[in-house]
Amino acid sequence: MSSLPVLKAADFASDQDVRWCPGCGDYSILAQMKKVLPELGVPREKIVFISGIGCSSRFPYYMNTYGMHSIHGRAPAFATGLKSTRPDLMVWVITGDGDALSIGGNHFIHMLRRNIDVNVVLFNNRIYGLTKGQYSPTSREGQITKSTPMGSIDHPLSPLSLALAAEATFVARSIDAHVKHLGQTLARAAAHKGTSLVEVYQNCNVFNDGAMAYAQEKKQRDDNVVELEHGKPLIFAKGTKGIRLVGNHLEIVNTADVPADDLLIHDEKSPNPSIHMMLARMSYPEMPEPIGVFRAVENVETYDDQINAQVDLARSTKGEGDLEALFASGDTWTVQ
Amino acid sequence: MTASPTTNKNVQSVSGITVRLAGDSGDGMQLLGTQLTNTSALAGNDVATFPDFPAEIRAPRGTRAGVSGFQVQFASEEIFTPGDVLDALVVMNPAAMVTNLSDLRKGGILIANEDGFNEKEFKLAKVESNPLDASVIEETYRVVKVAMTKLTRDAVSEFGLGTKLADRCKNFFAMGLVYWLFGRSLDPTLRFIEAKFGKKPDVAAANVAALRAGWAYGETTEAFGESYQVNAAELVPGTYRNIMGNQAIAMGLVAASKLSGKEMFYGTYPITPASDILHELTKFKNFGVRTFQAEDEIAAICSTIGAAFGGTMGVTASSGPGIALKGEAMGLGMILELPMIIIDVQRGGPSTGLPTKTEQSDLMQAMFGRNGESPLPVLAPRSPGDCFDIAIEAWRIATECMCPVIILSDGYIANGSEPWRIPALSELPKIRVSHPEGSDGSEAYKPYMRDENLARPWARPGTPGLMHRVGGLEKEDITGNVSYDPANHQHMTDTREAKVAQIANRIPPQDVFGETSGDVLVVSWGGTYGSCHTAVDRIQKAGHKVSHAHLRYLNPMPSNIGELLGSFKKVVVPELNKGQLRMLLRAEHLVDCLGINKVQGKPFTVTELVEQITEIAESAKNQTPSAGGVARSAS
Repeated sequence: MSSLPVLKAADFASDQDVRWCPGCGDYSILAQMKKVLPELGVPREKIVFISGIGCSSRFPYYMNTYGMHSIHGRAPAFATGLKSTRPDLMVWVITGDGDALSIGGNHFIHMLRRNIDVNVVLFNNRIYGLTKGQYSPTSREGQITKSTPMGSIDHPLSPLSLALAAEATFVARSIDAHVKHLGQTLARAAAHKGTSLVEVYQNCNVFNDGAMAYAQEKKQRDDNVVELEHGKPLIFAKGTKGIRLVGNHLEIVNTADVPADDLLIHDEKSPNPSIHMMLARMSYPEMPEPIGVFRAVENVETYDDQINAQVDLARSTKGEGDLEALFASGDTWTVQ
Repeated sequence: MTASPTTNKNVQSVSGITVRLAGDSGDGMQLLGTQLTNTSALAGNDVATFPDFPAEIRAPRGTRAGVSGFQVQFASEEIFTPGDVLDALVVMNPAAMVTNLSDLRKGGILIANEDGFNEKEFKLAKVESNPLDASVIEETYRVVKVAMTKLTRDAVSEFGLGTKLADRCKNFFAMGLVYWLFGRSLDPTLRFIEAKFGKKPDVAAANVAALRAGWAYGETTEAFGESYQVNAAELVPGTYRNIMGNQAIAMGLVAASKLSGKEMFYGTYPITPASDILHELTKFKNFGVRTFQAEDEIAAICSTIGAAFGGTMGVTASSGPGIALKGEAMGLGMILELPMIIIDVQRGGPSTGLPTKTEQSDLMQAMFGRNGESPLPVLAPRSPGDCFDIAIEAWRIATECMCPVIILSDGYIANGSEPWRIPALSELPKIRVSHPEGSDGSEAYKPYMRDENLARPWARPGTPGLMHRVGGLEKEDITGNVSYDPANHQHMTDTREAKVAQIANRIPPQDVFGETSGDVLVVSWGGTYGSCHTAVDRIQKAGHKVSHAHLRYLNPMPSNIGELLGSFKKVVVPELNKGQLRMLLRAEHLVDCLGINKVQGKPFTVTELVEQITEIAESAKNQTPSAGGVARSAS
């Protein structure tokens, strides 16, 4: 094998002008992706970005890899067909909260439960951007938008709860403005074998500016966000507060008041998703919201491996397909 | 296992027989019909079948809604339809009798399972009294009442099955009787029983006993004085097998896969009557076929496009309602210019319509059922065996022109069967597929550069230096980059249209059965081929100047269509819809076509076509080509 050329972030930029609104959180995600990819050692030609429709879904045009901008909500299905036939490729699915959870909800669930080896980055800005400002499945109740002048009456959906319910093997969250954390999380997702989902809190400064300021802004972040690390207790607010499991719920405690052993120790590898689900349900302002890897369960067979294993098995047991034998299978007769 | 017995009674030789087996949907009529078909095909007859069953898996027992039928015509000459009128009808209960009797010819044989005719069954079938007792029945038909349930129980009693299991064997009793009547060998069915029930020896033995008992009943009862013999048909020499349309499509696809050296991905969602294509293809994994049962129709076609982007041939199939859901993705496939095959096994519509009944009313959907200007090639097989050739042809066009191709099959040919001459591999066309080689990337790759077919290259992800992005937004010519330039959109739309239109240059000219000019040209497409061909044959023999053009290419049509339409005084288009091909021909060629249209969930009978076409031929006879209502050619 020849040595791989050393690539830089700039090598992953396509020749197309990026056309997101100035100040959009998407720029940060694009920058981190371009920074992370060279570190993975995967040649550019082996990488494919597939997106649906929405602001986030223009992403593939800006990457100098293979890419497909598909139709609304269906990127998981395109990725499934591609990865099932081309397991040698690294496939990324780029989607937004409307794309993945509204029109594409069905495909999102089935991609996760099949555990296809793709990496999903879900840009969550809790608003419809490209269609100009309607509420999304993750918008908060009561939110005033163009389509909900008296406030949204939909109960919001948590993408991570949904993913855990589908028994996703890798579930994580990060924040556009928290660039270091975002880069690390994308790298971990890329390393996971199976479907990896990274929800990224992403600010839409045009239609929903500041919706996630509590998690994005440095001043507020410490009090409202708890970083998950495997094997470590859940501590936030500069170490002054922690999370404890009491009965069947989580509560905030002052670290000064409780022994360290009482705090919840994060176990991302637990095959039982119950605690991961409790973490996913932690919601501002009642609770700090976790970021990092909620769940990373390895050694679960992937769909693409299995579909190809069946083909290999059929070939080894029945032999390579023989058309003449196939045509003549069953009862035949000869006319002279 | 001992061989098939032979009869000592008189045998009358006939040229063909049409028989229908009808019973409750749990009575095993489809199995009986399939066995009779295979056995007849093995005897060298030409065969054509028409299974007709309820949409419900088990409609309420004994009711008219629950009647399941299977019709087969076997003949000593080449036939193209399962027959119009029945020579024999086997009915297992009153509901089956009252819903099917009108198709039995006068003097035809009616075999009834007498045990299925009792007060309870009369009530279920909503008949006042025993329909077998009506004097008109005895006067009109040759009625044979057989206590099939009792006789079957007696025949299988030694195997110790419960009553329910024993009664299940009665379709094999009926089969044995039918086999006796038409001189069929028991051997293929004995082999079938062994293969299917071998692991349950008591069930296998009971079915064998029932089958033999049915045969012996025919041989011994005085109800039958003689049996019938249909000699082998004079078919083109070769090795044959019996084949159903869906089976033939699956085999054609796997053949095309081999011929093109491309592995195949099949993404689909179950729907009647397309599901059997999936069931067949799952058996071909050792050919490199990957089948994916998606969560819905949209995912099915999107996965197919994903596979095609990766360089694997993508195929999806559905029926009308599923194709409706696939519309948006078909448009994407069109603008991405990736090869794939979309199969629509049509059924009665609209919406859920008549899931188990046939119709050919998705032509407009195939032609225009997408947003924007998005023409796609459309092909239609004409018979179960032709499904094989159409699948290969669709694959060829898709890969040569880099575009999705639609195949319009229908429930009638999908479930129907006929003898199929097994082709030698050397007879099959080669399909050349190439992918661009990698480059050092010093020059930007041009994904929308075109060849002489206006096809763009099929660059596979993983190839160095060819990185490119595709998507549903309009492409800039050559570079494939997103473009809103008005002139570019016009150019790309025109080019995509021209790419499909030029396929007309590389398909055979339309052939005609009969003279290339005359009084009437019958134009048909799809599964009505058999009825139209047989009807025109009869009309020609009656001395009329009527010809038949059957279209397998619907978009684009062969280039000589316009000229052909203009060479006849009248053009008649029989279709199992309200006139969709007729509308296309009128629009494209300004020809005043007449329609024969039927939407009853049933195929045309030859008789109804002969009557209507003859009437038109009579009226055209004295017309001069320049008279009113004359066909005009657009060319």
